Amino acid sequence: MTVESGAATTAAPTDQTLIQLLTPEGERIDHPDYPLDLSAADIRDLYRDLVLVRRIDTEAIALQRQGELGIWASLLGQEAAQIGSGRALSPDDMVFPTYREHGVAWCRGIDPVKLLELYRGVSHGGWAPEEHKFHLYTIVIGSQTLHATGYAMGIQRDGAVGGDPASQGRPGEAVIAYFGDGATSQGDVNEAFVFASVFNAPIVFFCQNNQWAISEPLEKQSRIPLYQRARGFGFPGLRVDGNDVLACYAVTQKAMQAAREGQGPTLIEAFTYRMGAHTTTDDPTRYRLASELEMWKLKDPIERVRAYLARTGQADAEFFADVDAEAKQVGARIREACRTMPDPPPLSIFDNVYAEPTSILRAEREQYAAYLDSFAGADNGGAGR
Amino acid sequence: MTSLTLSKALNAGLRMAMENDPKVLIMGEDVGKLGGVFRVTDGLQKDFGEARVIDTPLAESGIVGTAIGLALRGYRPVCEIQFDGFVYPAADQIISQLAKMRYRSRGNVSLPVVIRIPFGGGIGAVEHHSESPEAIFAHTAGLRVVACADPADAFTMIQQSISVDDPVIFFEPKRRYWDKGEVDTVAGVAGALPLDRAKTAMEGTDVTVLTYGPLVRTCLEAAVAAREDGRSIEVVDLRSLSPIDMDAISASVRKTGRCVVAHEAPVYAGLGAEIAARVTEQCFYHLEAPVLRVGGFATPYPPSRLEDHYLPDLDRILDAVDRTFGY
Repeated sequence: MTVESGAATTAAPTDQTLIQLLTPEGERIDHPDYPLDLSAADIRDLYRDLVLVRRIDTEAIALQRQGELGIWASLLGQEAAQIGSGRALSPDDMVFPTYREHGVAWCRGIDPVKLLELYRGVSHGGWAPEEHKFHLYTIVIGSQTLHATGYAMGIQRDGAVGGDPASQGRPGEAVIAYFGDGATSQGDVNEAFVFASVFNAPIVFFCQNNQWAISEPLEKQSRIPLYQRARGFGFPGLRVDGNDVLACYAVTQKAMQAAREGQGPTLIEAFTYRMGAHTTTDDPTRYRLASELEMWKLKDPIERVRAYLARTGQADAEFFADVDAEAKQVGARIREACRTMPDPPPLSIFDNVYAEPTSILRAEREQYAAYLDSFAGADNGGAGR
Repeated sequence: MTSLTLSKALNAGLRMAMENDPKVLIMGEDVGKLGGVFRVTDGLQKDFGEARVIDTPLAESGIVGTAIGLALRGYRPVCEIQFDGFVYPAADQIISQLAKMRYRSRGNVSLPVVIRIPFGGGIGAVEHHSESPEAIFAHTAGLRVVACADPADAFTMIQQSISVDDPVIFFEPKRRYWDKGEVDTVAGVAGALPLDRAKTAMEGTDVTVLTYGPLVRTCLEAAVAAREDGRSIEVVDLRSLSPIDMDAISASVRKTGRCVVAHEAPVYAGLGAEIAARVTEQCFYHLEAPVLRVGGFATPYPPSRLEDHYLPDLDRILDAVDRTFGY
């Protein structure tokens, strides 16, 4: 029964609202509201991004299987949603990701090795969010949407929304909050919609509807298409083909520009599919049909760009070979970096709990250091203090 | 020196913090025109505007979650949770996000957010308006937890809480909002006791009573009453519940040899348990009696017609003091 209902939810939307600029067969189609301003070189760059982040993902899954990572949350199938939206952002825009936004992280210049650190258990994150304008991965579902909304409220208070006299003609800043279909059931996401709406905050809510919240299909989360929820909160919502990198780029660019100019929030539902497991601990064969995956493979986000570039002569065999070679290099680099990544020193467990360690923490640290020292001479955990 | 109620002292402290730092924001339900249900933020929106004193939608998780985002953007939000029992919808944002962001980011992110919570009973309120949830937050690494007990401390501690770079859960003794005291509003926080230090509210020699928030006054009254029996009680106002000022606690207990901890929160797994364990470890050879605890029962907060039985009063505190002399 679960399998049947799951299959039903992932049928292509029957309404005519799905925004698409590149069909699964690689045909370019125009949309009156979303003229595309990308050159052939830009599209080749997007293709390169798609291939590289898929390679990073493949490597990470392999590293988990080899015991080098504790777990990995695969983005397989969602590359276009992430690269298209990620590349539509300005350097000043701020990103609030979930734990699966490896493609967006790539767009923001986060070294993939930093992501592996988290899934290896070496850190909980550890990059400087402001440096990349990319916040830490948030694991509790939906919590980051409120942080994103608050950050957008801060942009307003800084006079950094375009058109604000205080912005002095600068283009304006905006925030993009990523979350999934499951998160739309969370109170925090709905509260974020309310706050963003009533304060007209400069934010885009980017929902990757990958059809599955671990084992639960979309129909367990919603009786209406997710993008239609926006209307009830008082801002526009739209649905884009999440496997179409060009359409994801175009809709995100437009929605972000509206936010930057003070027109308030937009909800983008990127209609996509989680082609892999929820994480490396999951087994999708228990709850969904292989035929569903086969259907979505025909809509692969990378193949359609390759077909388009090749058929229109905008890329040749040498280009594709170069990208494949680069992907191989990136894979080799992160594989090596992961395998040689040292564990943090034991006493670092006490670092960065407070701005300054409290008396309680200092005492615990000293006691544990003394305990480790009591094994002095042995090759033990005291090393590297 | 000015004579102010505790709520007016908080108001003056918030005002001073807002004047000194344009990044300080106030946010919460009804904090604007109404001035908060206890009037702690009275007049602030009028003087600082709606961008800095924000009447939020009615959603506690939303308040704390957006405060985190504002702090990430460089602001110093002071959130008001209207009543103690309403903080739980924000539990994820406080416990899993606010408290852990510095650690998660390896020190790359600071979240200077203050969450003000009127706490405790004694005002004849309906359910969820009289609770003492401080142990939950003291148990959460990454949060500072403080409780003021008098107007002078209310004035300085709220300003200190706003200026530290850690998140602070700031408990306000709601039944003491109308208590008056002398406040030096001119000196500001200059010369004030550091935020993480306890203070001796009354010196004594025979037994140490450790308490905080609304029970400080009750314990001081108990100490005065005990004098008639020839007993000298030292009352220590803990002020900081996380971290706890063990140096001050140990110094007092080593002097008196006896220790009672009093709070309104349930005794079971309450702060008194942590304090008793630490006092036992640090003062074992100085103790004449086990550390005793007085507090709420292991029940939900009762209907208000019964709250006088639930809340430790002068007699129950003196009863515990008497029992420490029974060993």
